[in-house]
Amino acid sequence: MPGLKQSEELRPGGVVIRTEEDRLRTGGWRTGLKPEVELAKCVDCLLCWLYCPDSAIVLEGTHFTGFDLDVCKGCELCSVVCPTGAIEMVAE
Amino acid sequence: MTRRLLLTGGEAVAHAMRQIDPDVVPVYPITPQTPIIQVFAKLVANGNAHTEIVNVESEHSAMSAAIGAALAGARTITATSSQGLALMAEVVYIAASMRAPIVMAVGNRALSGPINIHCDHSDSMLIRDSGVIQLFVENAQEAYDAMLLAPRLAERDDVLLPVLVCQDGFTITHSAEPVELLDDETVIRFVGDYSIPFPLLDTAHPTTQGPFAMPDYYYELRHQQDIAMEHALPAIDELGAELAHVTNRPFGALDPYRLGGAHTAVVCLGSTAGTVKDAVDEHDGVGLLRICSFRPFPEHALRELLAGVDEVIVLDRAASPGSRGPLFTEVAAALYGSGAAIRGHVYGLGGRELHLDGVHEVIDGTAGRYIGLRSARCLA
Repeated sequence: MPGLKQSEELRPGGVVIRTEEDRLRTGGWRTGLKPEVELAKCVDCLLCWLYCPDSAIVLEGTHFTGFDLDVCKGCELCSVVCPTGAIEMVAE
Repeated sequence: MTRRLLLTGGEAVAHAMRQIDPDVVPVYPITPQTPIIQVFAKLVANGNAHTEIVNVESEHSAMSAAIGAALAGARTITATSSQGLALMAEVVYIAASMRAPIVMAVGNRALSGPINIHCDHSDSMLIRDSGVIQLFVENAQEAYDAMLLAPRLAERDDVLLPVLVCQDGFTITHSAEPVELLDDETVIRFVGDYSIPFPLLDTAHPTTQGPFAMPDYYYELRHQQDIAMEHALPAIDELGAELAHVTNRPFGALDPYRLGGAHTAVVCLGSTAGTVKDAVDEHDGVGLLRICSFRPFPEHALRELLAGVDEVIVLDRAASPGSRGPLFTEVAAALYGSGAAIRGHVYGLGGRELHLDGVHEVIDGTAGRYIGLRSARCLA
């Protein structure tokens, strides 16, 4: 398997340091729907950030600004937990 | 100043723990390990150690908490026996793969069933292939010594594996003998500070630990444990020599006794070596090779020490139904092609005693493959 590391080159236990690794783009797992936000309705409760299993909720401090679709798998959890109906799933 | 106290193996380990003063001890009681945590908890309650004892609800949780604590950056010790180790087994593999330098005291006890509380080595053998280091001690004094060596061995940058200090249940855990304790300062100096390369609580340098590994990396990560074991083997003797410098007691992966010029050698683990030493004293040309480090297995050193021996007798305190005892298969593999005749015997399951007479019969060649078993097949 070319390009892969030798056993001796791996950190003990396979410890990963994020800044040194290529970012995995798991957004390709979505099957046709992506989340969309109407920011006027957002109250910055950050429930979506809390529930998102994939770091796809982008914040500036404690202010919700949008989605990182490179890692959003389209699980729809954010749209379900949003208390103000600001997030909706829409066709890609 | 060293002190001599009348202590059981369990108490000796608890005193070693007090002197090491680990940060975290997640533990669940089980016979015959219980005296270890019982005595240690008393020492902590009296302010003699400053450890956070986590009273978990099972051994599965104990080892899970131990992994979290050890990887967070806390020196961590736990203890268990038999069914506890069996319940823990799933997480023991994970501790080894995450390279968590946890120290664990084991009071070896037969696995159910039938349910039993007495000594054999079936619990340790259950996790033989888990990637943990297993040191089998001969008596309470060596249990104390091994506990002091264990953190140093576990925490070496080139090892980073859990270390199990295995003592025979009841025979060592509950039997009192004079044990010499080092003074606290000597222990503190010998053990040193806890340090691991990637502590989870180093939040300035965040890491992912225990990542998923697919076919492209699982094999390489599992092999890391093999490499760590290779480093651990000479480290046991190096640290043993350093420890002997302050204890005046030898400690090493192997303990040869009267092997010089011997034509026959008995090989065994644990407290049985005491009985075998008395027995071989009465036989010319018969010696003993006690194996302290079962994992890593000192294959080459064992082959060298037994090079001049015509016959090797392996005593297994664990059975592998459908095959031969685990120690026998190890020794036979190590001696393959050496020309020595190798005999294997199983003994002492579920705490069945092996007395001097039994060892004499083994050496004389009149014992069956299953020593002390009431069965028509015991002479087979």
